[in-house]
Amino acid sequence: MCGHKTVTTISPDAFARNFSEAVPGLTRKAAAEEANRCLYCYDAPCIKACPTGINIPSFIKRIATGNLKGAATTILDSNPVGASCARVCPTEELCEGACVLNDASEPIRIGLLQRYATDWAMESGKALFRAGPSNGKKVAVIGGGPAGLSAARELARDGFSVVIYEARERAGGLDTYGIVSFRLPQRVSLWEAEQVEKLGVEIRTGVKVGEDVPVSELLDDYDAVVLAAGMGYVPGLGIEGEELDGVFDAIRFVEATKDRGGSLPALAGARVAVIGAGNTAVDAATCSVRLGADNVKMVYRRTKEEMTAYEFEYEFAKQEGVEFGWLTAPKRIIGDETGKVTHLECIKMELSGEAGKDGRRLPVPIEGSEFRMPADAVILAIGQTRHQKLIDSLGIEHNRGVVLIDEETRRTSHPKIYAAGDIVFGAGGGEAMVVSAAEQGKRAAHAISRALAPRVESEAV
Amino acid sequence: MADLRINLAGIESPNPFWLASAPPTNTGYQVQRAFEAGWGGAVWKTLGEPIINTSSRFAAVHFGGQRVAGFNNIELITDRPLEVNLKEIYETKKRFPKHALVASLMVEPKRDKWHEIVKRVEAIGVDGLELNFGCPHGMAERGMGAASGQQPDLVERQTFWVKEVAATPVIVKLTPNITDITVTARHAVMGGADAISLINTINSLAGVDLDTWNTIPHVGGKGAHGGYCGPAVKPIALNMVAECARHPQVGVPISGIGGISSWQDAVEFMLMGATGVQICTAAMHHGFRIVEEMIDGLNNYLDDKGLSSVTELVGQSVPRYSEWGNLDLNYAVVARINTETCINCNKCHIACEDTSHQCIERHTDSDGKPYLKVREEDCVGCNLCSIVCPVDGAIDMVEVPAKLPAMTWNERQRALALLDAQSSEAEVG
Repeated sequence: MCGHKTVTTISPDAFARNFSEAVPGLTRKAAAEEANRCLYCYDAPCIKACPTGINIPSFIKRIATGNLKGAATTILDSNPVGASCARVCPTEELCEGACVLNDASEPIRIGLLQRYATDWAMESGKALFRAGPSNGKKVAVIGGGPAGLSAARELARDGFSVVIYEARERAGGLDTYGIVSFRLPQRVSLWEAEQVEKLGVEIRTGVKVGEDVPVSELLDDYDAVVLAAGMGYVPGLGIEGEELDGVFDAIRFVEATKDRGGSLPALAGARVAVIGAGNTAVDAATCSVRLGADNVKMVYRRTKEEMTAYEFEYEFAKQEGVEFGWLTAPKRIIGDETGKVTHLECIKMELSGEAGKDGRRLPVPIEGSEFRMPADAVILAIGQTRHQKLIDSLGIEHNRGVVLIDEETRRTSHPKIYAAGDIVFGAGGGEAMVVSAAEQGKRAAHAISRALAPRVESEAV
Repeated sequence: MADLRINLAGIESPNPFWLASAPPTNTGYQVQRAFEAGWGGAVWKTLGEPIINTSSRFAAVHFGGQRVAGFNNIELITDRPLEVNLKEIYETKKRFPKHALVASLMVEPKRDKWHEIVKRVEAIGVDGLELNFGCPHGMAERGMGAASGQQPDLVERQTFWVKEVAATPVIVKLTPNITDITVTARHAVMGGADAISLINTINSLAGVDLDTWNTIPHVGGKGAHGGYCGPAVKPIALNMVAECARHPQVGVPISGIGGISSWQDAVEFMLMGATGVQICTAAMHHGFRIVEEMIDGLNNYLDDKGLSSVTELVGQSVPRYSEWGNLDLNYAVVARINTETCINCNKCHIACEDTSHQCIERHTDSDGKPYLKVREEDCVGCNLCSIVCPVDGAIDMVEVPAKLPAMTWNERQRALALLDAQSSEAEVG
């Protein structure tokens, strides 16, 4: 059995190259051609397929007629994080999947057109929205991710005084820290946070609610609270060897490639095993490839049919050279005498006839099929933990860490607290998409407006 | 392969595609390149007293991302001395004896000026003459081009002067910048024209620059109207050709001009009475090679139709063109939407709902799938839905049985007048 290989960190140049945006934006000509191809449907299905209900035919017509400010305003009016969504939305399952041209020729590349318009907004530096006249009410937002930013932006437009409490150094949540740079560069989500700040929203970064500021203070000082704290890191797998050097939490792993201050995981030349088959697992795997790993294998106890990553994510991973070990479950992680990972021990699985609680067939181990996979790094991507402590300190009802809300008002069991984003995301509760979080934040804000102040729509500038 | 040869008032050419008198036919070099590429004929850029051109000269109208839906120019007639042009015409004709080479002419409306230029041009050998009574800019200020073309008596008189000395066929090129083109067409014929060609360009301003507020094009910050041509003018030209073709007092061969950019356009002009066509903008947009696609498409079309000669097309649709008063008021079509082909963009619905007769309904089937349905009893058969529909075959305009016997407006008026007369007679009686 071989020991672990010598692994190094890729050069800053290689990092810059490998982690710059993978898909190029549209050129002016390509955008004009694509925009002119749009049929400008009436009551268009793409609008209904967008969780935030962006008036897509309208913004595309505005691109086609040289009105990029109008296009960007249409997008960002419905979706305050529309620049990020242009890059990370599973468009073929949403707007582009609903495009009527799917049946006739090729769907309009709505995501790329949205990126073209929002890129213009980023480059122009023009203000697109302004805060509404003050209504004298104050709202605290816990969490500066897509849901929190979206809620704050809408509240500010409605005249609320808003403070966002963000645990991290920068706002943007997963958009800033959790989505690989070659899909979503950090400057995009930071720009979106900046637009919210420009409406007078104060973002207090590096502040953990419940630790740095007591929950009671928020409840006493504000007229309403929006809970949009998202989810935590990856939970332990509960197998032997998780403490070894070379075992990573996928979220922290991706984060290390996003945060300019942090040091990069040394994976050049490494053999990497990624446990899980969701979108974060794919992100961790492709990230490993771009960090110079020799071989990256995703280990999943079920089959391709059950994997939760989007089809385009799976295709992207395959293109990047990621391998897939289906029906394979990790048993333990093995290290050498220095405490470094050398192998992942797995067992082969098969799908039983029995269905689990979620309706998917249950995988069962095949006795005696254990094998060892040489690995210099093991990345865990098997979901995210819940902010149980925070939820408990707020004293609101939840189901195993999933905050319970009234769907209509997004109000929790506490009349002052509303919730949006991943913190309310649970099995059967839709998809944990950035765009859904944005819409939920918007709705929470509108519900607060309805409850606390008659809503006065602030016009786009 | 069908015979593509045409004979326009005695001018023969190997195919009906001629280059119109315009920038592409400015020099011998260009016309010879065009003939090599396959053009059947060319009308040389208008000869006359050399002029001074401006810079810039051209502009275009782009639409929906497509370049050159329409084209506008303020260029004038030839800017080269007559002797140079004549020498090159001679060389070109010598190299291409079977191609139609026509000289476009424009001089002051004076008898001796016309006699002089006709004699000089015919002396070096051309297949015909085209009198430019249409240029709408620059030359008009000097009493030439459209300025004389807008006065039927001047058209007639100048044509007559030319015919006094011309030995080759004389084509009179008409301006569309006039109320009724058949009036000038008739006067050209009265003056002795052997054929007419139409249309010349339409007075136009291509646009205004949104940043500088200058006209497009502009010459040092000033603009003036130009002449409009290109695909956008085709329907205007086609109507004018058809009106001349069906006018009993015109009766001479027609060379069709105006926005012809494909073999289909050429076929339409010929069906509407043109013996051949002249083209400029399509060549300026794509180069002379575009004629290859035109010839090939025309050939295949004629084969499909089982026609042995392109001349069999000429005028076939003219008897079907009339006045509104002769249309059957009781003929009826309705829109029918093919649910299988429809992609549910709802453009027909909103067009009908907002701007026509509110008869396209939106429904959902038992599977929750949306579909559109025409309320046929309220459909007036206007065609709008089928026009805005982006998918071929999704909407058919279907003839439905007429509720009343055929009757035109004119017949109706006559019938009413008859009834009126009968009732007054009855009263008198």
